[in-house]
Amino acid sequence: MIEGARWRRWVFFYVPVTAFVVALLFPFYWMVITSIRPDSELYRPWSAPNYAPFWTTHPTLEHVHDLLSETLFTTWMLNTMFISLAATAISLFCGLLAGYALSRLKFPFAGSIGTIIFITYLVPQTLLFIPLADIIRNFRLGDSPWSLILTYPTFLIPFCTWLLMGYFKSIPKELEECARIDGAPRWKAMVYIIFPVAIPGILSAGIFAFTLSWNEFIYALVFLSSPEEKTVPVGVTSELIRGDVFFWGELMAGALLGSVPVAFVYSFFVEYYVSGITGSVKG
Amino acid sequence: MATVGSVASVVFKEEYVRAPKRGPITALLEDERKLAICLLLPTVVLLALFIAYPFVNGIWLSVTDTRVGVPGHFVGADNFVKLWNDDIFHVAVRNTCLYTLVTTIFKLALGLWLALLLNRHFRGKAFMRAFILLPFIIPTVLSTFAWKWMFDPTFSVLNWMLFHAHIIHSRINWLGDPVMAMVSVVIVNVWRGVPFYAISLLAGLQTISPELHEAAAIDGARAWNRFRHVTWPLLLPVTLVIVLFSVIQTFADFQLVYVLTGGGPANATQLFATYAYQLGIGTGLLSQGAAISLAIFPILLLVVIVQLIYIRRTETL
Repeated sequence: MIEGARWRRWVFFYVPVTAFVVALLFPFYWMVITSIRPDSELYRPWSAPNYAPFWTTHPTLEHVHDLLSETLFTTWMLNTMFISLAATAISLFCGLLAGYALSRLKFPFAGSIGTIIFITYLVPQTLLFIPLADIIRNFRLGDSPWSLILTYPTFLIPFCTWLLMGYFKSIPKELEECARIDGAPRWKAMVYIIFPVAIPGILSAGIFAFTLSWNEFIYALVFLSSPEEKTVPVGVTSELIRGDVFFWGELMAGALLGSVPVAFVYSFFVEYYVSGITGSVKG
Repeated sequence: MATVGSVASVVFKEEYVRAPKRGPITALLEDERKLAICLLLPTVVLLALFIAYPFVNGIWLSVTDTRVGVPGHFVGADNFVKLWNDDIFHVAVRNTCLYTLVTTIFKLALGLWLALLLNRHFRGKAFMRAFILLPFIIPTVLSTFAWKWMFDPTFSVLNWMLFHAHIIHSRINWLGDPVMAMVSVVIVNVWRGVPFYAISLLAGLQTISPELHEAAAIDGARAWNRFRHVTWPLLLPVTLVIVLFSVIQTFADFQLVYVLTGGGPANATQLFATYAYQLGIGTGLLSQGAAISLAIFPILLLVVIVQLIYIRRTETL
């Protein structure tokens, strides 16, 4: 804690911390309040005398109801859920195997393969989306969830591999050697001895991969075209705006509900998520 | 193999318990190299198919005149010459560099400040840390819509707050004015990035032993000097890696600008990625779009190489 007078504590700690928290969380409060506010209050100019921004006297679920009944929002949610789960599963599977191989097996070019995977980790999606769109079209995957399920692992696998390599390296070799001396074949020692010990790392990688795929935008925007195939971020952007008209109540309700699964997963596994972030940075 | 096995079984028949019988696949996987190949196969196939192949395809596209549905012919460096003379492209390059530089400075400064604040013991710390990360984990597109609504010219709550705090006297046209549009985009990017910086830097801070601080304090170092000469040098390696990641992500940013301004007004917030999208997908000029995306690559490579060299140097110090 800060030493010295009480005012110092306020100036150097409480005031800045409060300012940070308010600034970081205010947009979410604004999402909530907008989505339960009736249209008559919503479209009142900020300079109007009766503009009361921070609360509403007539909360309504009209926007949420419209969103769920008149748009394809539930379909988008299911699409996103399916795509995220499938992409996460594929990435975890590949990342586990590759991470194990790169951190615990001796073979030629292990180092350079590790470096290549690290470099692909740094390749942003915006670098490749145009040629990739061309390829997706040629593979006849366009406008199907598989176009995303197969391409999301390209940025998830390097991350998962990198994170899990760190975990595997921290497991003592003796553990595996014990199993090997008792006659377990290599792959059994890997699956039954090493993988269970790495479960915290697997959880971190899985949660991170899930939130990243839920977040992904540009591939989904480019590869999907029909409204009923879209994911939440793309659907909200393209289908809730008709022409130049923004339906702000529905938009904010969509943004709120679309964030719920990620926030839910996150709230249960904060520690794993944080260790995922720090693990990804430490490398 | 067979003869060796039979000899072995004759020689050690009595002394040793036989190893359990293994199938041909298990036997194959006993070899370290073969196992490694099998384990790496799915990863290598996926990455080759969806990263290496698109990369090569992108280079090919950028030297042809392909449009959507129209197969292209080889045109050499025409697309790059066009870009070189394209005013909008120049604007996009300048915007991207400015955007990356300004947001990185703010994110680093604010993130470090927040990390230092959170590196103290106080009640509700874990709770606070969890909440602070929200801007980073909520899908960017969705939270950016909340900002777009807050920046709305007629209904802006920010204008209301600033007006009632007597900071402004007339409305700010957040997204309509070229300069303010860039400011708005920077604000949202900083808002989203600060939690990532703060949490990662906090993790770095927690590895610094408090004894070092105590020793410096006993020697009479004031708070600023303790930070300058103890915390900062120890934090530098982590900071550089965080900045590396963040610079790449910011440099190639797309979704935030796409939602907030679409690159407008009059290309004032046009970035590499939004311009590539506009040409490549919007108007169907695949080859030109691919050329713009590829133009990110050398700059990105340069940034990465410089930073990696710097990181290595600080690590060996």
